[in-house]
Amino acid sequence: MDISLQINGHTEQLDVDAGVTLLDALRERLGITGPKKGCDRGQCGACTVHVEGRPVLSCLTLAATVRGPVTTVDGLSTGDGLHPVQQAFVDQDALQCGFCTSGQIMSAVAAIEQDVDDVREFMSGNICRCAAYPNIVAAVDQARRADASL
Amino acid sequence: MRPFDLTAPSTVEAALAEPGTFLAGGTTLVDLMKLNVLTPQHVLDINALPLRGIDTADGLRIGALERMSDIARHPGVYPVISEALLLSASQQLRNMASIGGNLLQRTRCGYFRDIAMPCNKREPGSGCSAISGANRMHAVLGTSDSCVATHASDVAVAFVALDAELRLVSAAGTRTARLADFYRLPGDTPEIENDLRPGELITEIVIPRLDWARRSTYVKVRDRQSYEFALCSAAVALDIQDSQVVDARVAVGGVGTKPWRLTEVEAALRGVPATQASFEAAASVAAEEAKPLSGNSFKVSLLKRTVVRALLEGSRR
Repeated sequence: MDISLQINGHTEQLDVDAGVTLLDALRERLGITGPKKGCDRGQCGACTVHVEGRPVLSCLTLAATVRGPVTTVDGLSTGDGLHPVQQAFVDQDALQCGFCTSGQIMSAVAAIEQDVDDVREFMSGNICRCAAYPNIVAAVDQARRADASL
Repeated sequence: MRPFDLTAPSTVEAALAEPGTFLAGGTTLVDLMKLNVLTPQHVLDINALPLRGIDTADGLRIGALERMSDIARHPGVYPVISEALLLSASQQLRNMASIGGNLLQRTRCGYFRDIAMPCNKREPGSGCSAISGANRMHAVLGTSDSCVATHASDVAVAFVALDAELRLVSAAGTRTARLADFYRLPGDTPEIENDLRPGELITEIVIPRLDWARRSTYVKVRDRQSYEFALCSAAVALDIQDSQVVDARVAVGGVGTKPWRLTEVEAALRGVPATQASFEAAASVAAEEAKPLSGNSFKVSLLKRTVVRALLEGSRR
């Protein structure tokens, strides 16, 4: 079926089977490989993207059902540099292998936007196999302070 | 995933005119389609239907397509509902999952999800792998020789405690069903989990007004601190006046084949002092019908203790 997706500010036309997930459409058809395929079962959070500004799991989202704008980690920074949350992950060494990181960052952006009280609770849907959690929380705290000072 | 057709009707009438499987948030359906547990040939994306809105003017009315996260953060929602939602799943899943779909979600029993294993719920007559298998997470209330799977929803437990009703629509017309009666016990037909009729759609969840449910809470006991299904949970609302319990609502999750209202506990609470001793006395009857399995006998005492803890926390609100 013919679909139209708004990805990171660009409109993309695709012909996909009804069962193609947003994650596969992004990675396999559009070459947008920021979102990662971890479990592909909606359990690990590595595929987290924003649809209409809200974090969702692209592996459980059928591409043909997406109507609003999609933002992946690839489209987070609007300039040449890193987004403040990306920079905070670098500064705080908030990763080891990095496979979960793009999903972590997309959830972290939402945590800061929503000014959540409990970052660990809010981000429990992003599993880190390397257990970089203390540094991830530190990165969110750094980005939140940077955000507050803007 | 097996091939299927996808359409996106824009009106309720159009959705009811097409036979098929309704897709809202997809967090159950797409997951189970990937596992080939569900293999619909025609899927209807119903997200364009006008089934939204949260109305707190008289009790609570929630459009079936409202997302869990939006309901949880709505200021007019009873605490027990908000807390049950926020203790469910993860924030990504709560952004996706509709409330109607939450109530119809399928069990998390590992044998149901594994098409290589016998399961009466997935393949009637094939047998229950859990009764003699890994059943630590399974039910102790409402079980049968055919099925011991729990109902996995948290918010359904809160809704049952608050006497929620469903508004349903089909080509035959509209009807209302009490949520507690809508869910079925497995009996000999565990593949039939509720009274949803073919082609029928949940349009709205209605919670009758209960002013004293402002004093309510949801306690969830689980293996991890977050992002895990309940071993046992309890939804309570308490009407306490002059340190006496005037009325109470109590329901439990993670232990039943459906969300489990504890009317005997509620009756035992009426008229007693709001103290730990009387909460423990009332909760002592909570597990009288419990039938533990080889791996989950701990749930019998856990059930009673979870109820006591929820009553204590609720009474301090």
